[in-house]
Amino acid sequence: MTFGMPHILPFNVSSPTFSSWWTEVQMGPPDPILGVTEAYKRDTNPKKMNLGVGAYRNDQGKPYVLSCVRKAEALIASRNLDKEYLPIGGLAEFNKACAELALGPSNEVSKLLSSITVQTISGTGSLRVGANFLSRFHTVARDVFLPKPSWGNHTPIFRDAGFQLKGYCYYDPKTCGFDFRGALDDILKIPEKSIIVLHACAHNPTGVDPRQEQWREISEVIKKRNLLVFFDMAYQGFASGDIDNDAWAVRYFIEQGHNIVLSQSFAKNMGLYGERVGGFTVVCKDTEEAKRVESQLKILIRPIYSNPPINGARIAATILNTPDLRKEWLEEVNGMASRIIRMREQLVANLKKEGSTHNWQHVTDQIGMFCFTGLKPEQVERLTKEFSIYMTKDGRISVAGVTSGNVAYLAQAIHAVTK
Amino acid sequence: MVAGCSWWTEVQMGPPDPILGVTEAYKRDTNPKKMNLGVGAYRNDQGKPYVLSCVRKAEALIASRNLDKEYLPIGGLAEFNKACAELALGPSNEVLKSGRSITVQTISGTGSLRVGANFLSRFHTVARDVFLPKPSWGNHTPIFRDAGFQLKGYCYYDPKTCGFDFRGALDDILKIPEKSIIVLHACAHNPTGVDPRQEQWREISEVIKKRNLLVFFDMAYQGFASGDIDNDAWAVRYFIEQGHNIVLSQSFAKNMGLYGERVGGFTVVCKDTEEAKRVESQLKILIRPIYSNPPINGARIAATILNTPDLRKEWLEEVNGMASRIIRMREQLVANLKKEGSTHNWQHVTDQIGMFCFTGLKPEQVERLTKEFSIYMTKDGRISVAGVTSGNVAYLAQAIHAVTK
Repeated sequence: MTFGMPHILPFNVSSPTFSSWWTEVQMGPPDPILGVTEAYKRDTNPKKMNLGVGAYRNDQGKPYVLSCVRKAEALIASRNLDKEYLPIGGLAEFNKACAELALGPSNEVSKLLSSITVQTISGTGSLRVGANFLSRFHTVARDVFLPKPSWGNHTPIFRDAGFQLKGYCYYDPKTCGFDFRGALDDILKIPEKSIIVLHACAHNPTGVDPRQEQWREISEVIKKRNLLVFFDMAYQGFASGDIDNDAWAVRYFIEQGHNIVLSQSFAKNMGLYGERVGGFTVVCKDTEEAKRVESQLKILIRPIYSNPPINGARIAATILNTPDLRKEWLEEVNGMASRIIRMREQLVANLKKEGSTHNWQHVTDQIGMFCFTGLKPEQVERLTKEFSIYMTKDGRISVAGVTSGNVAYLAQAIHAVTK
Repeated sequence: MVAGCSWWTEVQMGPPDPILGVTEAYKRDTNPKKMNLGVGAYRNDQGKPYVLSCVRKAEALIASRNLDKEYLPIGGLAEFNKACAELALGPSNEVLKSGRSITVQTISGTGSLRVGANFLSRFHTVARDVFLPKPSWGNHTPIFRDAGFQLKGYCYYDPKTCGFDFRGALDDILKIPEKSIIVLHACAHNPTGVDPRQEQWREISEVIKKRNLLVFFDMAYQGFASGDIDNDAWAVRYFIEQGHNIVLSQSFAKNMGLYGERVGGFTVVCKDTEEAKRVESQLKILIRPIYSNPPINGARIAATILNTPDLRKEWLEEVNGMASRIIRMREQLVANLKKEGSTHNWQHVTDQIGMFCFTGLKPEQVERLTKEFSIYMTKDGRISVAGVTSGNVAYLAQAIHAVTK
């Protein structure tokens, strides 16, 4: 028996070397946010704080599984359901409830009839299915416009789907607020039919959201440029504490005639992070078009993962469709959002108490889980090295990681590096 | 903006899924004797979906731990990945001991194949062709095509014998250009149920070495084929022993009945630990913009079963039970066909292995089975033996005899 590959030693040699297909594969750069958490874990300082984590923590700094989720799980367990495959587009009762949550109840929103929602692997899965769908069917444009800055993962999502990424002005570092004029100027220059990504609420990473009157103008300008709007709504309910409030921009745009595409995540607002629950919606011209779009979404999804996971969708559907649980959920979301808002207020109050003379208004103006502190990289580094406070280099903190027990320490540290 | 304008005017209605179409027609049928033999999911002898007892126990254990729902790492649940690799390779495998492989948790078998296809597309740029057996699982084609590959085939199924076209396969594989990707079904070939024998696998391995091909094993039925997990993993382990640095997709949909929980793994066997780390880093970079991190629930169940001795033991018995029922149904079908007086050679029904059986029925015969007997299967004559029960096997034999005599 002969061996055709001279670089593989015959089997009977005591320590065969193995040839390789992957010699040219480079070690990839570590994930920036994961690196923060890893450094945090290694730190032995008892006062350490992890403000990188994009997951809600309760006032004891612990992960929080919602009470309505535990109840939904108990209900589901009692039904002794099987584990058969879902349809490619996911759990029907989830999809319906998911769309209604975003758009409003079906008896009030006729656009629901002409839209299609598929269950996805949380927000990322939704964005990627959407990006792939646009790449295949919106061939008139190869550019996607993100706000500057945007969530880090948006870029590889759209890039791996075949798009070029561009940006429009959004965050104003001088005010730590919204660069409204800059945004409008940039949007006016976007080529027709390009794709524009809008964060529906609680912009990640800045926490800076347009006001309603500003959204109205943005809508007009986008209409003028005839752009395809891709809404990313990962924090509905989590921003202001009210789900209808947080969906205002999405609903307004639809009212105004934009046929949007929309990604939703239930990772944060239902605390379902690892269960991977999300939805992707395409608002179409009519029901016939929605059916065509649905058929193509299924053809696209089938060779990515065939059909989505059942567990999280059952939990979310049970909560949304069971009146008592839905009521409890709305209260719990409001509770999480309120705690975040309180921590923002306490941080500013403590900074003032420390004697800081800087303007920290943006900390309470900004909304949602994240706060763009305005801290510079050198200051961030001092916070980490001298105080064991961990955040991303851009000065973004996850307010969810702040508690009434550590907010004073945080204020003390921020004051120390900024005075 | 004009009301009712549209981005999607040019989007065509796509063709309906062939297998789903079967189930939909079945649902509409009012014949009380109807049979759905299209479904690729296990059914018990009452024709019902079967949630394994070890799964229910694992769920109870997990519930009692009051775990949180925090994100898994991008590569998934570590204790699942370790157990998943050990299941395929065997716990004392040199590959695992030396740490020269990487396993990531994936969205079941499809998710694993697609992550693998995307990885190969990005990093195995010397080849743009993927070779599938003829025939193969229908979804293989769009998976690799959407990842950027051209699909080609090698001889596999011999319709004259309803068996393995061994010489044809070797002849075709010998012609495959060096460094191309070849997909092998580890066991229980889908859709034919035809597997190579061990001595045939040995020759296939040699030929693949000669051609220096990159082997992509798809193992969706470990335990489900013969009833024994080590037996069913023999080809995978043999190839690794022989020095092939394979990539491997695993699914726990069938063997743990975890279908909708979407539990799977993708493994790359590398040259050494250092290479495995580089490959791991790139897998994560690839996965993050697809779905960020995989779902927790099914992986916790699978890990609990694999890592809890009592549950693992019970699981092995239940897998064996499922595989045994399938084998029994094959035997009863052939026995009933003989009893009906069929003079055809039905040996392939018991020679074939796993969930599916390529009956050899022609499209016209399949159509008659559906129209006259309300028996539903895919047009290629493939039946899911899992849909056969001791209660309906006689009817099935009667019907098959009627359309083939």
